[in-house]
Amino acid sequence: MHDVLRTRVNDFAVKLANVNGTGSASANGLLMQAIFRMGIPVCGKNLFPSNIQGLPTWYEIRVNKEGYSARALDYDLMVAMNSQTYDRDIKEVRPGGYLLYDSSWPLDPDLHREDITFLGVPLAELCNQNFEDPRTRILMKNIAYAGAMVATLDIDMDVVNALLDEKFAGKKALRESNHKALLLGYQYAKEHFECPLPFRLEKMDANKDKILIDGNTATALGAIYAGCTVAAWYPITPATSVMDGFKGFCEQYRKDPETGKNNYLIIQAEDELAAIGMVLGASWNGARAFTSTAGPGLSLMNELIGFGYYAEIPAVIVDVQRVGPSTGMPTRTQQSDLMLAAYASHGDTRHILLFPANPNECFHFAVKAFDLAEQFQTPVILMSDLDIGMNDWVVPRLTWDDAYRPDRGRVLDAEDLEKKIGKFQRYNQEDENYVAARTLPGVSQKGAYFTRGSGHNKFGGYTEIPDEYQEVMDRLKKKHAAAAKFIPEPELVSREGAKFGVIAMGGCDQAVREALDVLDRQGTTADYLRVRGFPFGDVVERFLAQHDFCFVVEQSRDAQLRSLLTLETAVPKEKLRSVLVYGGFPLSSRHVVQGILSQL
Amino acid sequence: MPSIAKPVATHPTLQRNALGLTIRDYEGSMSTLCAGCGHDSITAAVIRALWELDTQPHMVAKLSGIGCSSKTPTYFLSGAHGFNSAHGRMPAIVTGAAAADRDLLYIGVSGDGDSLSIGLGQMCHAIRRNIRMAYILENNGVYGLTKGQFSASSDIGSKSKRGEPNRMAPIDPVKLSLSLGATFIARSFSGDKEQLVPILKAAFTHRGFALVDVVSPCVTFNDHEGSTKSYKHTRKNTLRATQADWVPPQSEILAQISKSGTTAVTMHDGSVVRFTAVPKDYDPMDRRKVAAYLDDQPANAVVTGLLYIDPSAPDMHELGQSSPTPLRDLAYEKLCPGSAELERMQEEFR
Repeated sequence: MHDVLRTRVNDFAVKLANVNGTGSASANGLLMQAIFRMGIPVCGKNLFPSNIQGLPTWYEIRVNKEGYSARALDYDLMVAMNSQTYDRDIKEVRPGGYLLYDSSWPLDPDLHREDITFLGVPLAELCNQNFEDPRTRILMKNIAYAGAMVATLDIDMDVVNALLDEKFAGKKALRESNHKALLLGYQYAKEHFECPLPFRLEKMDANKDKILIDGNTATALGAIYAGCTVAAWYPITPATSVMDGFKGFCEQYRKDPETGKNNYLIIQAEDELAAIGMVLGASWNGARAFTSTAGPGLSLMNELIGFGYYAEIPAVIVDVQRVGPSTGMPTRTQQSDLMLAAYASHGDTRHILLFPANPNECFHFAVKAFDLAEQFQTPVILMSDLDIGMNDWVVPRLTWDDAYRPDRGRVLDAEDLEKKIGKFQRYNQEDENYVAARTLPGVSQKGAYFTRGSGHNKFGGYTEIPDEYQEVMDRLKKKHAAAAKFIPEPELVSREGAKFGVIAMGGCDQAVREALDVLDRQGTTADYLRVRGFPFGDVVERFLAQHDFCFVVEQSRDAQLRSLLTLETAVPKEKLRSVLVYGGFPLSSRHVVQGILSQL
Repeated sequence: MPSIAKPVATHPTLQRNALGLTIRDYEGSMSTLCAGCGHDSITAAVIRALWELDTQPHMVAKLSGIGCSSKTPTYFLSGAHGFNSAHGRMPAIVTGAAAADRDLLYIGVSGDGDSLSIGLGQMCHAIRRNIRMAYILENNGVYGLTKGQFSASSDIGSKSKRGEPNRMAPIDPVKLSLSLGATFIARSFSGDKEQLVPILKAAFTHRGFALVDVVSPCVTFNDHEGSTKSYKHTRKNTLRATQADWVPPQSEILAQISKSGTTAVTMHDGSVVRFTAVPKDYDPMDRRKVAAYLDDQPANAVVTGLLYIDPSAPDMHELGQSSPTPLRDLAYEKLCPGSAELERMQEEFR
């Protein structure tokens, strides 16, 4: 007997196969949100094409009472709404599973499978009978299958109705047609199938202190709380919603009640070359400024990132990584910008990077990025990715300490300058972290200096003298190393009797944690280290030294995290083994388990 | 860029402006450009204009890209912050700087390579946004630092030092910026201080993007027979469209009683730019007539003067409705919604 035939509560996976641009996204989001509101741990992954309308798109919902939230690859229920992909969608259902399809048209007998149950709902027929407008008929099909799922999975109808009421609060006609379509699917399923299916939902109380948020929105909120006032960007998938979010929050929180004016300025630049230039200009002039981009934009920004590094100008760059190289796959996820980001630009350069693993960390690390950028007077790159940035995640509520004040770093004001004897020297008299004081334009003539990307000495003057040049470059290297103490500490999960270590960053976290639990139950025990930023600190060095060998799990072909660890720590290369998943979809624990077991 | 510090020795008889500063207080380091370089004359005109305007040195930010022209911010106003950025990227840096602090005077210095080739896109978009800045394009029709290649402003038929003629059509920054909707367009000649200084003063007062294209001969690579950007050729073919005069705010009333044939334009700070049209009926406030006039001139003519002005167009901050207090000076308390609001707003994320 397949385990799927046994009754399972709050532990299953559903995949929905749709045509993009037909309104399925809102129905799928509705289902996920309803499960969230039932207090059940849930995750939703949108696997969408780089297209506006007509291509296949999938949405996965995984429910897991233990809280595992990486992708599950065993689909108990497939909602097959796209005849173009029936073939592969039907194949993906686990033996003993179910397939829900639109039975308005007969299914090709060749597609039949003996080991799964077909649930036909005549969605198009139902919608054609009940709605007039052709566009409405298409849109309502989605809500109708959602209704069928409410019945088959035991989703709380009151919760779904409440969500529809909230969503269409001011739109009576839409609200009514949604309720109607939902009921059509629900009633059909109730009348024709044994509801619920053997796997079903039951209310829990796991989400009281949780929110449902995507990483890009959380990043934007972080920029607001950090006190950022200037943003410059060029639209690019998957980073666009960072700036959309920032704009939305600015409209809400940054309209000055006294003047009615905007306490922010967002500039849609002509390209990424300009966007990073604007951020440097604004930061040089004392505002907190940021840009958001993805790999292709980061490539373009290289030139001025190097400028910012050498001239020591703060900048915050949010890189929501997608699949490269080149245009790559814009709507798919990867971690393959790592090496580019770590050493962006020509010449000897190295940057501070932060690796959030979920939207909660996107919020806090965004704030941290502004502090680090100003404290160390250098570009800081927040390395998010499409999975974190664009999918809705269930994460702990965001918290804020009202005592927080931005760390603006070493900036001399008019009073400091007045007290100063002699000429201000931009890169002289560094502190214990190798940071020298800067001055802002428009403050005092005594603070005037020349910012340049050309060779300069510690006084800020042009130089071509080897010793003078090297003195500045050597300090910059020490400054970067000093930042290790200030980036978020790695997360360490130790297990008694661990035989090796596993290292990961960012969006791999959930899959790796789950995989290590699975392996542990099978008797293969490992410690886990999640790096949360670069430069690496002592904790990383110790972890590497303490284990005979480590697996590095990451989403790039060339094992970029492994490369960076090899370059920047004392670890011998042969101690690091790779588990690489880089096809563009978020990681599942199965990938990690298999990847590790196959190399032991 | 190398520079040599200038000794500060002020002669007691030197004239002082309203701030009590002499013209020496507006100078920078010693120029390291070739002797006779047109750019040095422009630097001198900038110094003169700023001194005459009683500008507080620290209230200026001077920015540039890469090239001979971009070296010049070192040579004026040592009391101001300078920013020698990357090739063609100065407009973006100024845009960001202006976004952070709307109160400073931004002087961008660029050249024909920096502006019309690698930086063409950024210059165009700075014009579109009407960034409040003076954009001085020191135009010599040649790449000097890399030793004599043609630039995008080289005229058809203009010869290189080796005698090779340029065959591609030039990009004319004046016509280009006019078509892009620039709100202040002027052209002058580095050898004509009489004309250049008042133009610069008007540009520094303009609330918006002020393009000042200055033909500035390169004595080393583009001042020979056959060049159309040489001193000789420019002097011979200069055609004045207007003669401008800048009148400070307190003299406004005087300016209104101008002689016939003179137009007075009131600038945002209350100062007045008064200019005399040299050809009859030239009206620098009528975009269509300006375009028609420029089109009618012979190909080799270097039309100079304050060619177009619209003092009322909104700048980037007006378009963006941004705070009258510079964004960088806003108190953090005004910017952070706080923990209670974070708690409340998260009800929407459920």
